[in-house]
Amino acid sequence: MKPQPEAIAASSQTEPLTLSGAQIVVEALKAQNVDTMFGYPGGAVLPIYDELFHTDEIRHVLVRHEQGAGHAAEGYARSTGKPGVALATSGPGATNMVTPITDAMMDSIPMVVITGQVPTHLIGTDAFQECDTVGITRCCAKHNYLVTQVDELARTIHEAFHVARSGRPGPVVIDIPKDVQFATGPYYGPECVSRPTYQPRREPRPEAIRAALDLMATARRPVFYTGGGVINSGPRASELLRDLQAATGFPVTSTLMGLGAFPASHEDWLGMLGMHGSYEANSAMHDCDLMICVGARFDDRVTGRIDAFSPGSKKIHIDIDPSSINKIVHADVPVIADCGEALDALLSGWQARELERPDLAGWKAQIREWRSRDCFAYEADAKAIKPQYAVERLYELTKDRDVYISTEVGQHQMWAAQHFHFEEPNRWMTSGGLGTMGYGLPAALGIQAAHPDALVIDIAGEASVQMVMQEMSTAVQHRLAIKVFILNNEWMGMVRRQWQELLHGERYSHSYSEALPDFVKLAEAYGAKGIVCDHPDELDARIIEMVEHDGPVIFDCRVTREENCLPMIPSGAAHNEMILGTIHGDEIDDDGKGLV
Amino acid sequence: MSDNDAPASAYDMTHEDEALERRTLAVMVDNEPGVLARVVGLFSARGYNIESLTVAEVDASRHRSRITIVTSGTPHTLEQIEAQLLRLVPVGRVVDITKSKRGIERELALIKVAGTGERRIEALRLADIFRANVIDTTLESFVFELTGGSDKIDQFIALMQPLGLVEVSRTGVLSIKRGKEKG
Repeated sequence: MKPQPEAIAASSQTEPLTLSGAQIVVEALKAQNVDTMFGYPGGAVLPIYDELFHTDEIRHVLVRHEQGAGHAAEGYARSTGKPGVALATSGPGATNMVTPITDAMMDSIPMVVITGQVPTHLIGTDAFQECDTVGITRCCAKHNYLVTQVDELARTIHEAFHVARSGRPGPVVIDIPKDVQFATGPYYGPECVSRPTYQPRREPRPEAIRAALDLMATARRPVFYTGGGVINSGPRASELLRDLQAATGFPVTSTLMGLGAFPASHEDWLGMLGMHGSYEANSAMHDCDLMICVGARFDDRVTGRIDAFSPGSKKIHIDIDPSSINKIVHADVPVIADCGEALDALLSGWQARELERPDLAGWKAQIREWRSRDCFAYEADAKAIKPQYAVERLYELTKDRDVYISTEVGQHQMWAAQHFHFEEPNRWMTSGGLGTMGYGLPAALGIQAAHPDALVIDIAGEASVQMVMQEMSTAVQHRLAIKVFILNNEWMGMVRRQWQELLHGERYSHSYSEALPDFVKLAEAYGAKGIVCDHPDELDARIIEMVEHDGPVIFDCRVTREENCLPMIPSGAAHNEMILGTIHGDEIDDDGKGLV
Repeated sequence: MSDNDAPASAYDMTHEDEALERRTLAVMVDNEPGVLARVVGLFSARGYNIESLTVAEVDASRHRSRITIVTSGTPHTLEQIEAQLLRLVPVGRVVDITKSKRGIERELALIKVAGTGERRIEALRLADIFRANVIDTTLESFVFELTGGSDKIDQFIALMQPLGLVEVSRTGVLSIKRGKEKG
């Protein structure tokens, strides 16, 4: 029996419609405007799959491993601002989903994961494919539910979407036993959600805004330090950030997660900050007298040595999550609010006070001096492809297109962040907090599913991408024309080259990937296109060939192996103790090595 | 360091040197499956201490439970504990009973003491002084019921030790705030 749309619409006014649990799941997803989901069937979710068979309003992308479904849902969510949805079976389906759930938690990505569970009467008996899904995901999800009564199912699903996207966004897991999927019960619409104990605050307190404006009005060396919270808040927050910057003239830096909220082409853009951030961004953070942190959380990759972090500055910290305030760094003016709302209030307040752009000539001259160090420079090579050069060319040849970038984790990720530039939010998808190797390829699938006509490129490393290589099969089956651009240096560059060399006396313990596959043949085996390039003179032509191919591509870009990802703040060092790299005459001394 | 010698505003923070403080927190939660596991899991995952914990439903019609947790940490950690608890979806409110001037804390203990002769008489005499009730007796033992602050119960148990203390069962701390004064 298939419920009629008119009946569903009418049900909110009259008696609730009676549906099976599986039908309730699908109706609730439709009511939440879910158009795409990512999943893998199994015994405990077959009733839901049977119901999906009857609907063409939701596109289901069949992955090859549940981890792929989770990361694809994350990519979908980050590139659209809507919650991503993943579906998996009980037991191994659920445990395979744990990495993406944790990844989404660390990076505050809205996601709803539905898992099947063994029938309620078998829970606790070590039944086939049983695991304690809510127990396992309790500490890595924003919230989770085990639905044991079909009467509770509709409300639970709607509440899960509300929790996933409100406040500080995050992943929510709904575990549904198979008998609940078969049982019949009432269907309620999204308006049934009522949770008085969960009321995240969005509006800033006026006194906090006043105190922040007092500091901003008198700052002489200010800096905006923005993060993923600006992107999570929606495109309006990015616009307000640009407007507030235009009103104040303050320079802007951003975390890895926040790239794109402020245009990289702007003269007051300092580049990314942190361990592999720009010299000018980190120097400005260290020497500023006012830091305005907007939706960032003072991660250890950002702050470096905490007791030497920006010692002379007052700090305004805008965050929707009160636990972020004072967690790592003391905030002189905490502003607990949604970034967009807070930026709006600051901008209106700045205009109401009729404040002029302060004279920041001295500060900007200092920033120009730092910038003149050209910290991302590298030695050109006429015969071999430098990884930085590869990303630069990729950027130059694709920047005028509708392009979205995802990455894996490692050196290539940092080179991508340094040498690819973003003008808009939601264009850059990377695993920041958890640092999940294998994120980028499935995330690209999710992005491509959400934006079928866009150019979606996973800037990858040859080690990371092999963790999820099976998802090329998904790309081919679903005609998701992703481009996997592998910076292939034939070893785990970040682990081996950078950390084992600097910290562990060049003892390269298990970081060399012997027996790498032939990526071209691998692509062809999946029915995709493979391209290999090992000479800088051919690079542009090969990139254009990749971009213009109508289908998924694996691009094996053979890059020089010895390149370090610089500049670098060794962990445990301060922002002004940055290693700029030997080409600037800075040798890494023994003290520096000890600080890694 | 740079050329700026402005006083550091943020780095007066030296968490490690701060003294540990003990706090009693009343945590109001929706009574739903797994809520206690969420609260306890948060403490273990983030390395916070739990010295005692009590939980029971206090409003059946609205499915609200009250969890009382005695914890200890530096002021910075305690601030984080409150904020992290509030991140949990079923947690509605966290009240720091220790910081409140109107906070009241009580604990209930059942204490079994066995002995004969002078020791038995002395145990009964001390129980009377502490206003402990005798809720079970045999010819050779008593079970006392005692309520009060944790210090009082600790003290009573210490006194019973040489008099034949056999077994102790304690509820952990319960707390509430005194009503507002008029005027």
